[in-house]
Amino acid sequence: MKLKQLSLFLENKPGALSAPMRVLAAEGLNITTLSIADTQNFGILRLILRDWEKARVLLEQNGFVVKVTDVVAIEVPDKPGGLAEVLAVLEGTGINVEYMYAFTLKKENKGVLVFRFDDPDRAVQTLQQHNINVVDHLEIFRRANGEA
Amino acid sequence: MSKSVTDIPFHPVSAPDFLPPAQLRALQFQRLKAIVQRAYDHQQLFRQRMDERGVKPADLRGLEDIARLPFMVKTDLRDTYPFGLFASPMHEIVRLHASSGTTGKPIVVAYNAADIEVWTQAMVRSFAACGVHAGDIIQNAYGYGLFTGGLGAHYGAERLGATVIPISGGNTQRQLMVMKDFGVTVICCTPSYFLHILDQASEMGIDLRELPLRAGIFGAEPWTESMRQRIQAESGIRAYDIYGLSEIVGPGVAMECQCQCGPHIFEDFFYPEIIDPQTGEVLGDEQEGELVLTTLAKQAMPMIRYRTRDITALTSEPCACGRTLRRIKRISRRSDDMFIIRGVNVYPSQIEAALLSVEGTLPHYQIILTREKGLDEMEVQVEVTAEVFSDTIGALEALQQRLSHAIESTVGIRARVRLVTPRTLQRSEGKAKRVIDQRKM
Repeated sequence: MKLKQLSLFLENKPGALSAPMRVLAAEGLNITTLSIADTQNFGILRLILRDWEKARVLLEQNGFVVKVTDVVAIEVPDKPGGLAEVLAVLEGTGINVEYMYAFTLKKENKGVLVFRFDDPDRAVQTLQQHNINVVDHLEIFRRANGEA
Repeated sequence: MSKSVTDIPFHPVSAPDFLPPAQLRALQFQRLKAIVQRAYDHQQLFRQRMDERGVKPADLRGLEDIARLPFMVKTDLRDTYPFGLFASPMHEIVRLHASSGTTGKPIVVAYNAADIEVWTQAMVRSFAACGVHAGDIIQNAYGYGLFTGGLGAHYGAERLGATVIPISGGNTQRQLMVMKDFGVTVICCTPSYFLHILDQASEMGIDLRELPLRAGIFGAEPWTESMRQRIQAESGIRAYDIYGLSEIVGPGVAMECQCQCGPHIFEDFFYPEIIDPQTGEVLGDEQEGELVLTTLAKQAMPMIRYRTRDITALTSEPCACGRTLRRIKRISRRSDDMFIIRGVNVYPSQIEAALLSVEGTLPHYQIILTREKGLDEMEVQVEVTAEVFSDTIGALEALQQRLSHAIESTVGIRARVRLVTPRTLQRSEGKAKRVIDQRKM
């Protein structure tokens, strides 16, 4: 139930983001969602995309440092309290959220939360026990593209 | 994997490597007297300095009297640009080389036919010392042109009876294609360029350990023992240190044997001394100081007591290979590479050692010196590698911190460490530029 996320090292300077984007665009690779964590000097670009294996090879060939990380995607209704409900389930379990970001699905009134946990397997187990919809790899890309 | 020392075919041209010390000293003295006389007769600058000191060539009574002779320094070559130190008439000079001239005018060096022969022999002895022999296929990735590296290695390799591929530097993908398709057994290039070749090979999915390549002859810039370890581990070859400089002849002044315990100086051609760089006083073997070289057998442009700026020590400890030639310790720094920041003398090699002490896999770095509001700042830019890259900001910031602390505890100066994208720092096909000084003095 885990998703593969690509993380790239970027320098914090003009043009740093466009370089990897050009690499992916040239091969017609579509990004489902992304997030950037930044500091004064550098940033980490995190990408979710269907062809992550191909993207990884391409980016590495073009000189980027890429790391593959397991993340967990959770579907929640796009309404107040959606995230609070998920976090409530995790409270007291000792599972730590290292970072997270969110996006909404096209044509559906749903939000998807992407979490990096210190213990992704236990997190998935806990969430499913509480009937929270953990979205798997195939489904997320199908639905992100608005396919039925 | 590698052959033992006794298996190496002895090349007749290597005979002087094994001269009994007394015989070697006698030969050196005889050649020294001749070359000093030649320089005195034909180099105006040298004669003028000798006269100022009241020293005549005939005053040389023994090798140790060399200490009475004046030094030559790099600026002497610039001041006499282009031909002012030539001791042969132009029609006898068969070759000119010149430095890249990073600061102003280049320096020009000259060879007559006999000098080319000396250089070629020094290079043959260099190849032979590390077990390279006729039948080897040598990829010569030193730059061909005004730089002495390309042609110096080329002539030696041909004379040795090896097959030379004069590929010169650059176009790394083609270098790898040739290395693989031509069955290259030996490569000559700068160590930093070989690291670049390694990076490129892993991107192209080529494992150098599976190729016939077995030895690398690396020089033209200082490198470290940890670089050697990395090169050997990742490529499965033996990495040998060759030493030379254009002012003296080019590559082939000194070369490591298969023991890899420091380059043996071809002392019958190049007489070494170690001096205190501050006082000029001659130091004994095993003492660290600046290497000073005298060309004993070069006619077109003799160099008497040339100050190399390279900091090292001479050792006369016997070597397992049986050569009687003294060795120099690995040259990891140059007295003119040194920079001074907030009153502290710092060598790039110290920064490199600090970086390697933290992760062991961060060989690509550059030091940027700036002056902000009258205060000198040192920024060390380090290329991020897949080994050290982490997905979390906290881990990368911790890495920066650890690197910064390691530098501060090594040199006593706080440095700002900045992680940069791989291959953004100048990775020269020639020499790595380690220090960029942007301070306006």
